[in-house]
Amino acid sequence: MNEHAPLLRVENLSITLKTPSGEQVQPLRGVNFELSRGEALGIVGESGSGKSMSMLALMGLLPSNARRDADSLKLGDKDLLQIEDTTFAREIAGKRIGMIFQEPMTSLNPVYTIGRQLIETATLYGRGTARAARARAIELLNRVGVPEPELRLDQYPHQLSGGLRQRVMIAMALMNEPELIIADEPTTALDVTIKAQILDLLADLQSELGMGMILVSHDIGAVSRAVDRIGVMYAGAFVEKGPLDDVFEHPLHPYTQGLLQCAPRATLAHGGPRLGAIPGSVPSPFKRLTRCAFSDRCPHVHDACYGSEPALRSAGNQAYRCVLDAEQLQSDNDHSDKGVVIPHATPVQVEHGDPPVLALESASCVFTTRRGLLGRSKDNRAVDDVSIALHGNEILAIVGESGSGKTTTARMMLGLQQPTSGVALFRGEALEKSTPRQRAQLIQPVFQDPYSSLNPLRTVGDSIGRPLVVHGVGNRASRRERALEIMSLVGLPERFYNSYPNQMSGGQRQRVAIARALVLEPKVLICDEPTSALDISVQAQILNLLLDLRERLGLTYLLITHDLAVVRYFATRVVVMKSGQIVESGETERVYTQPTHPYTQELLASISDPLRRSA
Amino acid sequence: MSSIDNTLPERQTSAGVEHTESLITLTPRQLLHRRAFSHWGLIIGTLTVIALVLLAVVGPLVLPFDAYAQELAGRLQPPVWAGGDWAHPLGTDHLGRDYLARLLIGARISLTVGFFAATLGCIIGVTLGVCAGYFGGRIDQAVSYLLTCQLALPQILLAMALVFLIGPSIYVVIGVIGVLQWSYFLVVTRSAVMRIRELDYIASAKTIGSSTRSIFWHEVLPNLRSQIIVIFTIEMGVAILSEAALSFLGVGIQSPTPSWGLMISEGRQSMFFNPWLTILPGIALFLLVMGVNLMGDGMRDVLTPEGRH
Amino acid sequence: MLRFAIRRLLLALAVGFTVSLAAFLALQLATDPAQAIAGEDAEPAVVEQIRIEYGLDRPLVTQYVDWIGNVVQGNFGESFYWHQSVADLILQAAPTTLKLATFSILVTILVAIPLGALAAMRPNSWVDRLALSVSVSAQAIPNFWLGLVVIVIFSVHLGWFPVAGDRTLAHFVLPAFVLGMTSVPAVMRLTRAGLLEAFEADYIRTARAKGFRGYPLLKKQALRNAMLPVISVLAVQLGNKLGGAIITEAVFSMRGLGRLAVDSIQGGDIPTVQMLVFVFAMTFVLLTFIADLINAWIDPRLRLR
Repeated sequence: MNEHAPLLRVENLSITLKTPSGEQVQPLRGVNFELSRGEALGIVGESGSGKSMSMLALMGLLPSNARRDADSLKLGDKDLLQIEDTTFAREIAGKRIGMIFQEPMTSLNPVYTIGRQLIETATLYGRGTARAARARAIELLNRVGVPEPELRLDQYPHQLSGGLRQRVMIAMALMNEPELIIADEPTTALDVTIKAQILDLLADLQSELGMGMILVSHDIGAVSRAVDRIGVMYAGAFVEKGPLDDVFEHPLHPYTQGLLQCAPRATLAHGGPRLGAIPGSVPSPFKRLTRCAFSDRCPHVHDACYGSEPALRSAGNQAYRCVLDAEQLQSDNDHSDKGVVIPHATPVQVEHGDPPVLALESASCVFTTRRGLLGRSKDNRAVDDVSIALHGNEILAIVGESGSGKTTTARMMLGLQQPTSGVALFRGEALEKSTPRQRAQLIQPVFQDPYSSLNPLRTVGDSIGRPLVVHGVGNRASRRERALEIMSLVGLPERFYNSYPNQMSGGQRQRVAIARALVLEPKVLICDEPTSALDISVQAQILNLLLDLRERLGLTYLLITHDLAVVRYFATRVVVMKSGQIVESGETERVYTQPTHPYTQELLASISDPLRRSA
Repeated sequence: MSSIDNTLPERQTSAGVEHTESLITLTPRQLLHRRAFSHWGLIIGTLTVIALVLLAVVGPLVLPFDAYAQELAGRLQPPVWAGGDWAHPLGTDHLGRDYLARLLIGARISLTVGFFAATLGCIIGVTLGVCAGYFGGRIDQAVSYLLTCQLALPQILLAMALVFLIGPSIYVVIGVIGVLQWSYFLVVTRSAVMRIRELDYIASAKTIGSSTRSIFWHEVLPNLRSQIIVIFTIEMGVAILSEAALSFLGVGIQSPTPSWGLMISEGRQSMFFNPWLTILPGIALFLLVMGVNLMGDGMRDVLTPEGRH
Repeated sequence: MLRFAIRRLLLALAVGFTVSLAAFLALQLATDPAQAIAGEDAEPAVVEQIRIEYGLDRPLVTQYVDWIGNVVQGNFGESFYWHQSVADLILQAAPTTLKLATFSILVTILVAIPLGALAAMRPNSWVDRLALSVSVSAQAIPNFWLGLVVIVIFSVHLGWFPVAGDRTLAHFVLPAFVLGMTSVPAVMRLTRAGLLEAFEADYIRTARAKGFRGYPLLKKQALRNAMLPVISVLAVQLGNKLGGAIITEAVFSMRGLGRLAVDSIQGGDIPTVQMLVFVFAMTFVLLTFIADLINAWIDPRLRLR
């Protein structure tokens, strides 16, 4: 075997999909990359960029309506294009290449034990004996940090937590000592602290075992924790490639520049400059391209961008896909307003009067679940004796992982959930004494998932005008006028008035949800993970919109989130929750610079900042 | 401070999507039309049902045949293709009644029973399903228990016994079939409501101050509509076959009213010599139920594409 | 697992009794049993006497408690119509129906499961379309009519099978086919849907990434998951076949439970009808209980419910 040949060589890999309506679309267009032995490559991109699709294509896991074309696809000196799928399955899949998927909850077979699923990987096609496989399974489970491995072998996937299942997935991918490991969004479904642990584990295993690794993610920060080289994908092709540090310090492609600027970072504090947002949204793969894929969102757009799609060109260690020279791009950014617009925020005075706008006083919430009609009931204390005060004009963030009780706390403050004990107060008055309509004029929510927060059968105009209908405000014409007014306030063009949610992108839908929340002119917005379902470039747009609205309308926000980087940029004060209780609270800057509780410290340590990598 | 940097750039949609006739640009209604008019099963089924409904409604009014007039001299005449004449295009039965006229009246019976029995089942099943799904907890457990019991009932036996004991008539047949056939409505609406209940647009409706009733009528029910239509069609087919079976066994529609099931049963006596008496109403039943089912399956594909298989 | 089984068994028993209560009340309210025993033309005085004699003047709930008490002790009561014990009547008729139901579920399994599996292996192929057509047609054909048609073709014209009766195994071929076909659409669709869903699942992608392909992928990864709904539906269909044999037995003149039911209904023999409803419901409940156990054995998550 030639030791100098790259471990993996991909040349001109394309995928063509046939849609049910007979259209042909290309979610992947001519992708090239190489991976040396023992090297870790990160591939980042937003939804629809083709990053996961390219990995499925490598593994022959594409759906049946997809066709794979490539000039060369080589693992070591094995030509993957020349071998049958059965040979690939026997000799490569699971043996020389191991793969880890995103959803640890559904990626393991629910009806077989962990042990069986681990062992069969190593015994399939007579790869090894069951006895040896069992020993290896125990050894690997130990290595990936699964406690009591012998016991786990007889357990079923549903008996393990998400983090443990992902560790099992990793062990499974390593069963046959592969030369290459592909991790497709391995941490996206996991909690922040677990996410960091899994990434560090992958990085350790990769260097320890000398494997090649491809880590695919939408999260630049996460990738930066574990790789040497990075490739940025946009609309089915690489727009920039290079060593991690080079790309992060001198991004060449305008998209990479925008992406790095719009990712909230732990270093960006509230009141500082705004996040740079890339306007528009991620292109749909239905688009057929006759020009630069990024041209419709690019601040440097040029006549030459429209002729044809630019080729990848190299500059030092990096390569990027743009018609402009690196120097030209640089001077463009320095000497004009063409670069990503980053206005500074105007400071807003927080009212520290008494009573606070919205408050919870020693509120607890207990959910009782019962098995069957006569079964024994079980209490689950979701929120335990929590007191929170929200002052006028303030942005208070509640931070916590899943199961911390942060969403239940928000629901109690919205009046959607009655506290089991304790009380929710609006300006000192018990919230439950007000009618739902009175409450609606004071507090409104913005939910996480813009796909489920809009009734699919209503047009945008109807959804925004609906609160006015319920409150009997105005007539049809005045409601329309009001809806259009609010739409322009949140940056939605008038032509969307008669559109349905299914015709809009996630970011646009979230604007509609914000517009609906604002139409009754409430004092407080409760935002439950308002950007976690959105692409990073769109997330920045929405965060900036919320900050602008607060300045213009004097709103008060309660932000519920798991994302600490967003909090530092967005909030003035932070409350950290764990298992239904508040473990720490204080001014954002103080909590970030001098965290006192160990859990807060752990959370902060798990932030992966692309521009400030921890060694 | 302006909101300029937050405004969506116009050029994105004016220049960006020009090459694609993307599905995303269609409204839900346009999407529905597009899917409906490219679904052959749905088109064939709907045309069959429309044709049969028209025949049933208009046929007896314009055709010069009487379904009840007995003509003992002209008994068991064959249809035209088997040597009969145009005075009775499909021949006559054992009492000399015109078979075409009887088939058309039979279509009315089948359609009436199918429609009203399915309506009754729909009312019972949807009410229970919505209550169970929306309120959950003990109500849901009680309804689920009721469902388990309903499924355990031997339906045909009970339907026969009840129709026979109460006294056979079209109303009793409709009532008994409807009361015994609602489980499918319940199962589907219950799970759909459970899913919708957790969606954020319901929480949002609560926070803008909508009442529970308004949420139900304006947010939940419109989103159940397509599922209910689909099941209604499928259950209508089942009800039509149930009526035919009861009438065949002699405990449904009674002579001289021509129900297709009853006609098959009457024709059975001379099955070996006058097979058309059995075959024609059977084919009629098959066409109607097939049409209704194709319509139901088609509507499921078109209206609820997410629940395909 | 044991706790699961006990809870399921208790639920099954509760359902059995609730159903028998509902059927009891419905039948008692739908008619006047005293009149039925006395006959259509009996004097009102005679009817009254019978009512008191048989205890039919007591509250319905008392009558039910009495009745169910007797049933639990194995006393199934006396038929007014045949003047014979209901237990004997049912025991005489049961073997025919049991045989018919068993053969017909075999027909269903042999037709529906291979067809559904083939259709799922190649969605939108000609096999898939054929399977779909079979299912749509079988759903629309009235099964009593299908019975008559196969008698004309296979018994009268071709003379391959006897026309009617239940004496030999040959007598069961046509009825089992006709009754079996009624369940083909449901079972086939579920097999197909179950397999398709399993093939699209994330864990199948994992298995493919491990090197599983083709038959081993089906057998060692997808099959167990896909069988869960099929097992449930087979139990339900077998239960329905016992009760649904009424029509098939009538068409083929077989003397099974269905024939007994039709005769009892037409004779106004309420005790026999009640007992039949109870027996059918209990059989159904027992079958679904067994299916639940098999499913819980296959899928460990179900044991938690």
